[in-house]
Amino acid sequence: MKLFTQLFYDIDQTTKTNAKVAALRKYFQQASSKDILYAIALLTGNKPKRPVKTSELKAWAAELAGVPSWLFDDSYYVVGDLAETIALLLPPATSTKDYALHAIILELGKLYAAPEEQKKEVILSYWHSMNQTELFIFNKLITGNFRIGLSKQLVVKALAQYLEKEETAIAHQLMGKWDPKKETIDSLFTQDVTTKFYQPYPFYLAYPLEAEIQTLGDINDWIIEPKLDGIRGQLIVRDNSLFVWSRGEDLLTDKFPEFESLQKILPQGSVIDGEIIPFKEGMFLDFNAMQTRIGRKNISKKNLTEVPLIMVCYDLLEWQGEDIRNRPITERRNLLISLLETHDVKDKLLLSKALPFENWEQVSEFRNNAREQMCEGVMLKRKDSPYETGRRRGNWWKWKTVPMTIDGVLIYAQSGSGRRANLFTDYTFAVWDGEGKLLPFAKAYSGLTDKEIFAVDNWVKRNTIEKFGPVRSVTPYQVFEIAFEGIAESPRHKSGIALRFPRILRWRKDKKASEANTIDDLKDWLKINKQ
Amino acid sequence: MISFTDKGIYCEQGDFYIDPWKPVDRALITHAHSDHARPGNQYYLSHHLSIPILKIRLGADINVQGCEYGETTTINGVAIAFFPAGHIIGSAQIRLVYKGETWVISGDYKTTDDLVSMPYEPVKCDHFVTESTFGLPIYNFDPVETIYADINHWWAENTAAGVNTVLLGYALGKSQAILNALDTSIGKVWLHGAVANVNDAFRTVGYNFPGERITVETDRKQITPALIIAPPSALGTPWLKKLTPYKVAMCSGWMALRGARRRYGVDRGFVLSDHCDWSQLNDAIIATGAENIYVTHGYETPFVRWIKEHHGLNGYEVKTLFHDGEIEGDL
Repeated sequence: MKLFTQLFYDIDQTTKTNAKVAALRKYFQQASSKDILYAIALLTGNKPKRPVKTSELKAWAAELAGVPSWLFDDSYYVVGDLAETIALLLPPATSTKDYALHAIILELGKLYAAPEEQKKEVILSYWHSMNQTELFIFNKLITGNFRIGLSKQLVVKALAQYLEKEETAIAHQLMGKWDPKKETIDSLFTQDVTTKFYQPYPFYLAYPLEAEIQTLGDINDWIIEPKLDGIRGQLIVRDNSLFVWSRGEDLLTDKFPEFESLQKILPQGSVIDGEIIPFKEGMFLDFNAMQTRIGRKNISKKNLTEVPLIMVCYDLLEWQGEDIRNRPITERRNLLISLLETHDVKDKLLLSKALPFENWEQVSEFRNNAREQMCEGVMLKRKDSPYETGRRRGNWWKWKTVPMTIDGVLIYAQSGSGRRANLFTDYTFAVWDGEGKLLPFAKAYSGLTDKEIFAVDNWVKRNTIEKFGPVRSVTPYQVFEIAFEGIAESPRHKSGIALRFPRILRWRKDKKASEANTIDDLKDWLKINKQ
Repeated sequence: MISFTDKGIYCEQGDFYIDPWKPVDRALITHAHSDHARPGNQYYLSHHLSIPILKIRLGADINVQGCEYGETTTINGVAIAFFPAGHIIGSAQIRLVYKGETWVISGDYKTTDDLVSMPYEPVKCDHFVTESTFGLPIYNFDPVETIYADINHWWAENTAAGVNTVLLGYALGKSQAILNALDTSIGKVWLHGAVANVNDAFRTVGYNFPGERITVETDRKQITPALIIAPPSALGTPWLKKLTPYKVAMCSGWMALRGARRRYGVDRGFVLSDHCDWSQLNDAIIATGAENIYVTHGYETPFVRWIKEHHGLNGYEVKTLFHDGEIEGDL
């Protein structure tokens, strides 16, 4: 635990990639192989189930610290992180033992089903024997989310250096859900990748195009496809089994019964990359339609007929059991086309269209009107590009259409968490209804610069009307331009509308609150979107 | 005897204000930080060690009278005395006595000894006005000796690695406390102009802090590996960039929170504060014996509730113009 705590602080104290990788390497060299496995799992988001309820943790910590629960809550609003709040509040203890990381996680895992008394006893005995920095890490193990500015890609890089292997191989071996209890460093990293028949390939992800489109050179060097708004997925047929993995590495096979039969239709050793999207009577449906399906535990027959899903296929990663990711995309695409043509995949798999543009101006025009084409922009892929690992620049780009926007009035502000703790950074915006009242329609967190955040924070503190715990209502005065990607009707929201990816585009200091948009303006976007 | 007005804390009997925000005829000043000492008053009364700073900040021609700690000045029957607040050099709590009623307006204070300011002294009173900058139980500061040792250790480490050590702290107060505690056998100390200005002012009243001023003529190549003290506003400026390679640390009570540390994007955060932490605040209030506690500057609402529920005292929230933390007096 001391080594892992040190690792955490080494990484936390630097913004430099090389220093982070070096800290990880140092940890791998010093820690036990069992601890390394659990550390990798934690740092790549493969975290254990939360063994104790938040409310229980809060109650025990408040009791031990001798503070009433309201004061615990007020402290928590300021810190913005439960694990840290508890570490700061508990009476100081000296570090008496060095627990093994894997032993702690195993013990916490057993607590999941234990009676409350036993949970409390175990947690408190740890709390009594750790110093403040260890306490923080320990609490993080319980509350989850090791967000420390360390991408999975960096963990992979450090592991590759430590094990003296290729990064792509390590990335592949870490794909999917693996259980640190059942693996060893050996089983995880030295076996041949293909022996794990359920395992997906690491996804290749594109960066948004920032430069002018003309800088991409000759348009004939590019495959240009519509960018669809669905769930990125990998469909695997191997060993008479079928697996569907999402980009977030969740195994979603059970969510898509319509793909089940492909296990017999497609040849063994086929892996397809594509977008899963609702499709009915030759038309794509809105993303929101699919969300109601994905959220369910059991999918009813009604769901299946109302929102049937297909996969729009854009790449073939494995063909006849062979990993073909290094071949150029034109070749992979030709194999994909013939695979789809020669097998009965009707109503299940569709080929992603390559759009026939003659020049960049046409691409630009298509992108500007993307919403009318039921897509959110275009994907640009260089014809000789291999299928790379992770998010990379150069060979693939995404070029999204301009977002929809609306001007809203800031009415509530809430303090953020992490590096935004103790700052009012989470805002609720409203538009005018027909009767001169403000109707909240969106929450947005990001989009402002640090400087603007400080300025808004300062303004919020001086213009608070009422405080409700961490939330403050403020004088309706500031106007912000809110951008969003999608809009749908929603009976659950007061405004009757739900937005996708709302974010702040601009602080409209030039506008008065009375000049903000109205609920009818929002509904206009809804109509445009439906057409 | 005391009322809280939109110009600041007012004593009607003596017709004077304490740390007023707007220009008034008579101002009693607890200390020289710019959120307490504002320009434009006709007359200032402060501890004599605050005067050199008041003059460089508010003008050399201000009408200011100095006093010693413990010395009594009487204005229209109100007995006024300044007592050490331990916040920065020259900082004071102001005690007012009139017809058997005693008030203490503590300004900013800390009860620990930073080894450079005159240490805080509890003063008995009926009414105590306190700040609450760190008035939540999450703020528990280590002893200053530990922090000073950490700073020197870090400086030695950076020096061994051949990089500069930049410490960010308020020019008035924090900088002098750090300078006083530095182990100058480790290396040379350089100063941002804002810090050097304050030191020069203190030199006129007998203080002598280490460090050489960095001017436009200073050859930056000779600053290596050394220690540089600068105000927090230097972070992210070209001035700081010229000191590359360096490691930079913020010295502030706010560094107790990881979020604040990360927000500033500094290499280290030293939890060095010139305010009270939670237990200091609680102890200070009890030590005054006051029945009535007026809370300003920070976490007023929860702290007042705590005072009432836990200590059984009368607690009152006082709104100030400068509140909600992280803004502090600076040059």
